[in-house]
Amino acid sequence: MATRFKKMVDKLKEFMYQPERIRNMGIVAHIDHGKTTLSDNLLAGAGIISEELAGQQLYLDYDEMEKARGITIYAANVSMIHEYKGQEYLINLIDTPGHVDFGGEVTRAMRAVDGVILVVDAVEGVMPQTETVLRQALKENVKPVLFINKIDRLINELELTPQQMQERLTKVIMDVNKLIKAMKPEKFNEWHVDVAKGSVAFGSALYKWAISVPSQKETGIGFKEIYEYLKQEKEKELAKKTPLHRVVLDMVVRHLPNPIQAQKERIKVIWRGDLESKIGKAMIACDPKGPIALMITKIVVDPLAGEVAVGRLYSGTLRPGQELYIVDRKAKNRVQTVGVFIGPHRLEVDEIPAGNVAAVVGLRDVISGSSCSDVEDFTPFESIRHYSEPVVTMAIETKNPKDLPKLVEVLKKLAKEDPTMQVVLNEETGEHLISGMGELHLEVKVERVKRDYKLEVITSPPIVVFRETVTKTSPVVEGKSPNKHNRFYIVVEPLPFEVIRLFKEGEIDLKKMDKSFVRRKLVEAGLTGDEAGGAVEYCEGNLFCDVTKGIQYLNEAMELILEGFREAVRTGPLAKEPCMGVKVKLVDCKLHEDGVHRGPAQVIPAVRSAIHAAILQANPTLLEPYQKIYLMVPQDYMGSATREIQGRRGQILEVNVEGDMVTIHAKAPVKETFGFAGAIRSATSGRAIWSTEFVGFEEVPQSLVEEFVMEVRKRKGLKLEIPRPEDLLI
Amino acid sequence: MLIFIGLGLWDIKDISLRGLEVAKRAEKVYVEFYTSLFFSSVDEISKILGKEVEVLKRSDLEENCRVILEEAKNKDVAILVPGDPMVATTHTALRVEAKKIGVESKIIHSSSIISAICGITGLQSYKFGKSATVSWTKSRAPVDVIFANRSINAHTLLLLDLHPAMKISDAIEKLQEVDENLSKMYAVGVARVGYDNLVLCNKMEELKKYDFGSPPHCLVVLSPKLHVVECEYLRIFANAPDEIERFV
Ligand SMILES: Nc1nc2c(ncn2[C@@H]2O[C@H](COP(=O)(O)OP(=O)(O)O)[C@@H](O)[C@H]2O)c(=O)[nH]1
Repeated sequence: MATRFKKMVDKLKEFMYQPERIRNMGIVAHIDHGKTTLSDNLLAGAGIISEELAGQQLYLDYDEMEKARGITIYAANVSMIHEYKGQEYLINLIDTPGHVDFGGEVTRAMRAVDGVILVVDAVEGVMPQTETVLRQALKENVKPVLFINKIDRLINELELTPQQMQERLTKVIMDVNKLIKAMKPEKFNEWHVDVAKGSVAFGSALYKWAISVPSQKETGIGFKEIYEYLKQEKEKELAKKTPLHRVVLDMVVRHLPNPIQAQKERIKVIWRGDLESKIGKAMIACDPKGPIALMITKIVVDPLAGEVAVGRLYSGTLRPGQELYIVDRKAKNRVQTVGVFIGPHRLEVDEIPAGNVAAVVGLRDVISGSSCSDVEDFTPFESIRHYSEPVVTMAIETKNPKDLPKLVEVLKKLAKEDPTMQVVLNEETGEHLISGMGELHLEVKVERVKRDYKLEVITSPPIVVFRETVTKTSPVVEGKSPNKHNRFYIVVEPLPFEVIRLFKEGEIDLKKMDKSFVRRKLVEAGLTGDEAGGAVEYCEGNLFCDVTKGIQYLNEAMELILEGFREAVRTGPLAKEPCMGVKVKLVDCKLHEDGVHRGPAQVIPAVRSAIHAAILQANPTLLEPYQKIYLMVPQDYMGSATREIQGRRGQILEVNVEGDMVTIHAKAPVKETFGFAGAIRSATSGRAIWSTEFVGFEEVPQSLVEEFVMEVRKRKGLKLEIPRPEDLLI
Repeated sequence: MLIFIGLGLWDIKDISLRGLEVAKRAEKVYVEFYTSLFFSSVDEISKILGKEVEVLKRSDLEENCRVILEEAKNKDVAILVPGDPMVATTHTALRVEAKKIGVESKIIHSSSIISAICGITGLQSYKFGKSATVSWTKSRAPVDVIFANRSINAHTLLLLDLHPAMKISDAIEKLQEVDENLSKMYAVGVARVGYDNLVLCNKMEELKKYDFGSPPHCLVVLSPKLHVVECEYLRIFANAPDEIERFV
């Protein structure tokens, strides 16, 4: 084993320099479709863990807690070697979390890879998260191949006839292609998955066999033979004759692009800098001699080395001792060591050239998503888009107050590893809040605090985070600075959803993009020309537009005005929840001639309270996060299942009957879905298969707004009445 | 009634006799120290007035001014303000608010840097343009004011940030950050007006090197042309170099 490991290491070092022989890929799937099992068996095949174990030991789930939950949570990075047609290839597998509660990590991992294996369970077919993960891949210009898993169950358990099996598999392939066509029409010809071409494989990750059209040509084993082997319970033999890892990795080598091919096409999607610049050209060419361009996709904590930044190197060569600019954080760090991951082992090497995934120690200031370069004015990679946003919060405190400083430190570290988790530390009230994308997301973090850092903590039950918004246009509100010598005239109104989408998905950026382009896009999205031209700041779903003309020294006060705007929308007037969908317009303003009389203490509160007073006069209301629920139960339990959903302010959207199973599509407010797992289990005697997905914010029913506002105010220790506009203005 | 009483330039001895009498008679006396440096403590002031004096913070006179205005509805409330009460402060807004809720007010003036600067530099009051404050945060405003004033042949009085107190060398540094060209302009640096009065005229780059001692400091950027007496005065009282004769 030890010598084998060493041999691997030597090969690995050799391949790093031959980008044509590298594939950077990920595996994505709906939860429980077999991603982890597949990953383990691919690794086993590549000689990293013993083959016998791989069927049982979920290798990538090396985090114990994950094992208990049976879902992969922390993206690990593993390199392996595969031989195809007499030639060896280096395959970097970036494990991506499969649960949508971890959407932030999925998207980030997507940045580092050029292709993905989409795993679909043959029994369940394409599920909501299958669509979500595929969509994320396509959006990042990442090419998919398809592995249809658990074929053994179709034969052994469902006892499908070959005819029925074919129908089922055809449907899965069509569903996947439909999505590819919708998302990437221009690439459909090249990218659609095709059985005949071998970009689809079928098999059993658990029993370690797979087939595809090309493999059948070599081994002579097709569906007919599979039926026979299974009938005779000769799965082990089957796995020897047509092993999973060979069939699937052959498909990867054949169909997924190498870094040189991929970077030619992907740089323009993931980077907004000048493609004609030296570094732009180097990235497109995947040039190891070019300047360094490294995108960090993950921070892992190594017990020995501390924080290790893992990322994709698009150009240049990384070596210890180099000074890198962390451009998005305006910092400069020195590389201490560089390495690659083989399983949980980090192997240090002398250097890593472009096209590889690198594990770097020494970059103290990076966070997930950072861009690093030896060029100081490097344009950062477009900030990674998060398709999900924090919707659930819980309070956390230590049992022993003495541990509090340690907790603060640990939470900061966790937030750095995973930017989709937010931490609000309130040193005054001692209230520490963590926010994330779902109940599970937070539970996982809390368990890490307990287990990895040995802290005893108490948490509150989860709470949803509402958004405050407006439903009509406010009158012009005058905000006065405390010294009354500065006046700001503010109007707020609803911000079209399309505008929020443009910002959220990174289609426009006020700081980086050409003004006239941004203006045109905003007008198309529903703003007036003046608003679009005056848009100066976007903050978490809200927009600030300066529609004044020719006011002297306004530019000097603008940064403070924007700070007032940010403060106002981060904690709204109804219940200090964040605002969303609020367009704030500065229509006029009077400033004191002298700078010292319009400093932060004057401008920020004036703008903040004017915005709050305007919101209160614009029919404010609350938005709450909703989840899509997708549920499969035997018909007998349909009644109890629908009752369970409806009892939670849920709406049934669609019911399909298939044999004696029923699938229910529904949606319900996240607020009501806490504890759903337990309730649905007992309502259906554990017979329901279900999943949820965050679908965005919707208005709280009018009759509940007041109740919810007061609930939040009470929790936050605020006065139990909504402030009046005149109370806010001085 | 709300009565603003000027305290003058340096310490409690600069209050006018009238100011002193009115303060002694007032039913309630406040003092604020946030708009200027002042060199008497609240205890010294209390001793001289023979009554208790309460210090006001910025927020007491701004966002929470209602409390004091209400008090002034049926009492004579005096607010002691360093300098001349309405100069280089924003207290005019307070008088407006007072009147709006029916509270009468009056001002008892005292000396201010705005008038004292003429005496100490010999520059004629008629020849001053807009004044401005140089603050720690970077701003173009003072530089724009200097250029605008010079274009109409006017001097510019620059007050310096108080939080924390800025020195002449800091102020020149700040101005240079915005526009290098200012280094060659002539200016008069003034320290501790109303006390030991240090005055020096030279190019700004020269003044920057000089140690003016402890604050408060201020600075006058000269107009391109000087009146003959201004020039003589600067030569005698501000140690101005020979070159300034050229500007007469
Ligand atoms: N019968 C059968 N079960 C499988 C197969 N692949 C995975 N499983 C089982 O499906 C469950 C979920 O698999 P896992 O790899 O953890 O899924 P993940 O959530 O996508 O990572 C586990 O109990 C596996 O043992 C397969 O090919 N056949």
